[in-house]
Amino acid sequence: MAQPKLKITDLRKTYGRVVALSGASLEMGEGEFLTLLGPSGSGKTTMLMMIAGLVQPDSGEVWIDDNLATYAPSHMRDIGMVFQNYALFPHLTVYENIAFPLRMRGVDNANIRREVTRVLDLIQLPDVQDRLPRALSGGQQQRIALARCIVYQPSIILMDEPLGALDKKLRDQMKLEIKHLHEELGITVLYVTHDQEEAMVMSDRICLMNDAKIEQLGSPEELYFRPRTMFAADFLGESNFLHVQVEDISGGDVLVRGGDGATFTVDNDKTRPVAKGDAVQAMVRPEMLQLIAPGEDAPNVLDGSLDEVILVGGVTKYYVRLKDGSQVVATGLTRGPVDGLEKNAAIRLGWNKENAVILTGEGA
Amino acid sequence: MSEQTGTAGSLGRHWRLRPSWQRGWPLYPALIFLIVIFLYPVSKLLWLSLFGSTGSMTSEHYERLYSSPLYFQVLKNTLFVSGWTAALCIIGGYPVAFLLSTTRERTKNSLILWVLLPFWTSFLVRTFAWIVLLGRNGAINNTLQSIGLTDGPIDILYSMPSVMVGMVHALMPLAVLTMLSVMETIDRNLMPAAYTMGARGGQAFWRIYFPLSLPGVAAAGLLVFITSLGFFITPALLGSPRQTMITQIIIQQVEEMLNYAFAGAISMLLLVTSLIVFYLYDRALGMSTLAGGETQGQKGAVKRGALATGFNAIGGLITAFLGRVSDWIAIGWEIIAGARPDRPPRISGRSTLRLLVALMLIFLAGPAFFIVPVSFTTQGFIEWPPSFFSMKWYEAVFEHSIWVTAITRSLFVGVVTATLAMLIGVPASFFLARQQFLGKTAALAFFLSPLILPRIIIAVALFYFYAPLGLIGTEIGLILGHTLLALPYVVITVMAVLKNYDQRLDQAASSLGAKPTRVLWHITMPLIKPGLVAAFLFAFVTSFDELTIALFISAGVATTLPKQMWDDAILQVSPTLAAISTLLLIFVTVVILLAEYFQRSARR
Repeated sequence: MAQPKLKITDLRKTYGRVVALSGASLEMGEGEFLTLLGPSGSGKTTMLMMIAGLVQPDSGEVWIDDNLATYAPSHMRDIGMVFQNYALFPHLTVYENIAFPLRMRGVDNANIRREVTRVLDLIQLPDVQDRLPRALSGGQQQRIALARCIVYQPSIILMDEPLGALDKKLRDQMKLEIKHLHEELGITVLYVTHDQEEAMVMSDRICLMNDAKIEQLGSPEELYFRPRTMFAADFLGESNFLHVQVEDISGGDVLVRGGDGATFTVDNDKTRPVAKGDAVQAMVRPEMLQLIAPGEDAPNVLDGSLDEVILVGGVTKYYVRLKDGSQVVATGLTRGPVDGLEKNAAIRLGWNKENAVILTGEGA
Repeated sequence: MSEQTGTAGSLGRHWRLRPSWQRGWPLYPALIFLIVIFLYPVSKLLWLSLFGSTGSMTSEHYERLYSSPLYFQVLKNTLFVSGWTAALCIIGGYPVAFLLSTTRERTKNSLILWVLLPFWTSFLVRTFAWIVLLGRNGAINNTLQSIGLTDGPIDILYSMPSVMVGMVHALMPLAVLTMLSVMETIDRNLMPAAYTMGARGGQAFWRIYFPLSLPGVAAAGLLVFITSLGFFITPALLGSPRQTMITQIIIQQVEEMLNYAFAGAISMLLLVTSLIVFYLYDRALGMSTLAGGETQGQKGAVKRGALATGFNAIGGLITAFLGRVSDWIAIGWEIIAGARPDRPPRISGRSTLRLLVALMLIFLAGPAFFIVPVSFTTQGFIEWPPSFFSMKWYEAVFEHSIWVTAITRSLFVGVVTATLAMLIGVPASFFLARQQFLGKTAALAFFLSPLILPRIIIAVALFYFYAPLGLIGTEIGLILGHTLLALPYVVITVMAVLKNYDQRLDQAASSLGAKPTRVLWHITMPLIKPGLVAAFLFAFVTSFDELTIALFISAGVATTLPKQMWDDAILQVSPTLAAISTLLLIFVTVVILLAEYFQRSARR
């Protein structure tokens, strides 16, 4: 990362007694697609609004392209923004909507015509120039909103849940379209969503937010396979939490004992040291748990009885009651009918030591 | 479906939809009332003036209208005053409406109350307040002299400026509310979107927000203009003979000359003028803008008037120019204020706007309070500052039987009016809010039309209608007339409440086995009760404060409180009126606050 496109340091905002964002810092590189992901009220929109200059922070700094912009007005920040409801100007034609940022920059008419035509071709809507926004479908309006942002090549494009108003099918399609535009044009995108799938599909990095602060920042893989908190593990994908106690630490391995007395080996994560005797959580993704036949063996084994089998479609879910009374889920690809398994049948689940993550802290 | 089939018979009863005209029954009482008390009398007035057949009106009166330059001078005055009132109301009201539409919901609700409060305070009371403020011995002259700006009292009262102040003060709330209804439909993200694309405040406002708010501006202009045409209290009490407006002439003909026929002829002139204004408005902008602007849902099907189309061509250039000018000012200001990216701006455009709106709200809500101290004066005339302290003017009010009778009559007429308006208005509101039918917009417009037509025309029309029926000078006559004016308020309020009502609650009750009447009494009514109470109180205040119809119908016999105040004010504005006004101010404020309270708890 040569020079960060966007840098925020210790950004803070409160509304009366409500803390909207309590000291967040992050950097974005050129051409990066970073997603602010989190439940509503987690501070992601507040952060976006402060970067856009539409909300004024209480303290902290915002740097865009190496220029201090903390309290600079929006129009001087060289940013673009796509709003959830698109915010297309209803009284202006599509052409005038896209021309607006260029007019604000004093671009001459010939160049405006050329640029507007270029971006309309890019989003594959070359023939809608003279229509009013309300005459377009939701998906088309979304594309026009994107085109209006791309046309003036701002340093960074902010997107505030831009797919929120679309139906599922269109959303899936637009997700890929935005991803392709990002790759094609090399634009820097800061994207806000509460939809984990959107974040996973499009992002280079995800900034997971919770309770007015950054919970974890990393690539989608990192967040999925190495969540650092219970919240992170829970918010992205499905997860099983095993209450365990640390028995022994030896080099790369941690030996833990579960509630039913069985012991497991888990990879030792040096960044989060644990000590003998600590009560922690071992998190295992359902798809990492495999049903194993009697006589077969695995590095770690959980014994239990089957509560329920559910055929979801491409995958089948096995709800298994462990000996200590807790329930875990195992997910496997659907290979055939599951009639053979009966309720309360004895089940053995096996997994590898690198597939579990030790979590400490709140709720552990 | 006349044949009874076996399957239907097994259900015990043959269910089918009643014909559509039968399902419209909730609308009929109100519709019949409006046709009899409003449409028929007004049409008859129009008919008489055009054909003059019955002998009560002949072309003689119209010849008189044409032959004397006086009446056209008055008409010119009226148009002139109304035009300026509309323009000033829009200029002053626009920032208020803009702030209200862009602020948080809670701030908006409490600020609207400050706009509404003067709207409901009696016109008479507010006009008296301006006399206290602007008179030779008034508060303003007194202040100017005591700080040494002027040597002696200057004449502000009884001039064009004082009439303008009074009219603008009276009608700005109407302008604000009308513009607000359109501005609230404008997406709040549009201005921020413009900022992020590089637009300064000025460009974002003039190129984006302003054009979108224009339908509201036009509607507000029309409503204020039409309402001004029928004004008489303000010009009569605050103006000189040179500001005489057409309604004053009508009243003069009735009260002094007893020439009812000629009064009818002049009201026709006013009616025709109003209709011409409506016609021109429709041709220029399209009536649809009156109903709250171009609704976003109608895809391209919006009928556009000539001016709206023309606006797109040259309007773009004008707004671009205005945007640039405001940007130059903003840039200049940034240089002076020294805006820097490392600290928050010290004075933003927003705080300037807040200051401006605060001044406007003081202008709207403040003056009425000046009347309170005057009512405790020991002197026999109105002066500032009043010499304290005496209760004798209050004693005078309660000792004189004319005041007590007038107050009692006003309360009685008000309560009966509100009850009647609710009885016929609520069913109609239910029907209008919940049913889709052909001509719904027309029906709604018809229900609201008594609000839009100058009251004086309704008053004159009712006078003609009542005279042969012997209803002049009766309380029934007053009640029917006031119900006509209160009905639109009831319909507007109840429809607004029903709009927020979740009809699935009713469906849930029906699915649980409740009959329609039980659903209505046990589910719907308890839930909308606060809204109904608010509607009742609005209807009551409308009647309680009404002067125009009372002026014609009471005929010196059934005198209401506003009528008695008017009769007194014509002779002299005395401290007795200040005392009455103070009592009225407190009473109406309490009623309005109650209505607001109930309406707000209905919204929760």
